[in-house]
Amino acid sequence: MNIFVILKRTFDTEEKIQIENSEIVDDGAEFIINPYDEYAIEEAIQLREEHGGEVTLITVGDEESEKQLRTGLAMGADKAVLIENEEIEDGDPFSTEALLGAYFQEKEIDIILGGNVAVDGGSGQVGPRLAEKLGINHVSSIVKIEIENGKATIERDVEGDQVTVEVSLPILVTAQQGLNEPRYPSLPGIMKAKKKPLEELDLDDLDLEEEDVEGKTKTVDRYLPPEKKAGKILEGDLDDQVKELVSLLKSEAKVI
Amino acid sequence: MEKKMLVFGEIKDGAFRNVSFETIAAAKEISNGGEIVGVLLGEDVKSFGKIMIAYGADRVVVVEDEKLAHYTPEGYAQAFHHVIEQEEPDGIFLGHTSIGRDISPKLASRIQSGLVSDVTSIEVVGEEVVFSRPIYSGKAFEKVVVKDGILFATFRPNNINALEKDDSRNGEIESVDVEILDLQTIVKEVVKNTSTGVDLSEAAVIVAGGRGMKGKENFTILEELAGVLGAAVGASRGACDAEYCDYALQIGQTGKVVTPDLYIAVGISGAIQHVAGMSNSKVIVAINKDPEAEIFQLADYGIVGDLFDVVPKLTEEFKKVLVQK
Repeated sequence: MNIFVILKRTFDTEEKIQIENSEIVDDGAEFIINPYDEYAIEEAIQLREEHGGEVTLITVGDEESEKQLRTGLAMGADKAVLIENEEIEDGDPFSTEALLGAYFQEKEIDIILGGNVAVDGGSGQVGPRLAEKLGINHVSSIVKIEIENGKATIERDVEGDQVTVEVSLPILVTAQQGLNEPRYPSLPGIMKAKKKPLEELDLDDLDLEEEDVEGKTKTVDRYLPPEKKAGKILEGDLDDQVKELVSLLKSEAKVI
Repeated sequence: MEKKMLVFGEIKDGAFRNVSFETIAAAKEISNGGEIVGVLLGEDVKSFGKIMIAYGADRVVVVEDEKLAHYTPEGYAQAFHHVIEQEEPDGIFLGHTSIGRDISPKLASRIQSGLVSDVTSIEVVGEEVVFSRPIYSGKAFEKVVVKDGILFATFRPNNINALEKDDSRNGEIESVDVEILDLQTIVKEVVKNTSTGVDLSEAAVIVAGGRGMKGKENFTILEELAGVLGAAVGASRGACDAEYCDYALQIGQTGKVVTPDLYIAVGISGAIQHVAGMSNSKVIVAINKDPEAEIFQLADYGIVGDLFDVVPKLTEEFKKVLVQK
């Protein structure tokens, strides 16, 4: 099977966010593979183990993203592609769709896996956009997938409900938490990853002009939410605390 | 300039999701007197049209087909795209729900448009519409404008006030025939999975448990509290990783991001990854036996104590007070 994983380099979820002049400060921040994309990589490797074939990782980002691609290769993917986006004006999910769409144009695809959402931008657009661009079906937020005779049986998480769908390949799916337990790269895996092929592509390589990939939306400001003040710790006998809390929620906070 | 707006009416289990009314209000705010057109898709949904009118839509377009009985991106995209072509709107608003977040990027790609996802507030500055949305799961926010094309956005539930329902409003409810091609995605089974039946993303009150719950069976005390409050039950990553509950309940940077009116954190330490998912709740209550727990830093009200003592007492007290009401 021709298996592809689209992934993104993101801030570690433990990082605090700082903003200067409307820009996120990323000096010294730790970066990781977007956690939902890790599930996608793990599932891709499991699908290859079961059905054979090859797993290709693709990311859109700057040169630093090579680290995350190498980590994915160390987990067991076969090769990787880095599509550079540094020259793009106001890059947004439309831009990423255009870049990935151009990359996949000539490819034989059985399945593309990605994360259900990236923990930084949080729009969750790229998966469904790319599937539409390629004219294939997508199933988002999946927690289980089985493939047999060119057909996938998939369980989706729909706001807590489990929905089972059946769909023919080729497809694009996006991973939800619970799909699997991503493996850690092994030491031999890390050694091997250094020698695995990693291709770098830019707009010229993809036959795209700058205006083809310019974003349709633009971020004009970034800001931190107002800081929460520490509130009231109740005191006294537990029964009194409970009574006071309920009374405060009713009369002061007015939420019940 | 007047803006004609399409607003998606989402029906779940035989009733509108409140976010549909919230998006009507958002559309009205920026339409500058332009027409608000509701869109209803499903097997038998026309009778719901008048409710959208009562909440502020001027007209409703309905596409009915048995192939739309269950949501599939293929089926909904065909129907919705037909309505977009027919109406040529200046903007399209949907709720940022499971369906909204799934169908909107597909449509945006089909019409080669931008899309602003998961919006929590909207303002008009001069001629420009500025959308605010959380990034890094609510650790920060960004303001976004559309450079090119229509105003296409999804709105996070529970952030914009719906308009008052006005049953005296009138509007046309129009059925449109769309030929839906055979679907390749077939919905085989739907299993309902939420314990209290209240959906986390739209719940006004959430009771969430952490590692302090110590076991799967102890979640029943949270369910009892939630039952009294009509609340949804959630959990921290710690509780999910320890298999006390299903990942569907997880709130945090990986998991659901929620903004209820009241969030009761029980036995949750307040790790940054969890806080990202709930810190924008309107009122936060923390119950934890460790007075140094991070969660107290952002709680409006805190009780330091053993949750196994506090929660049952709290349930009883809520019962008393809410019955009096």
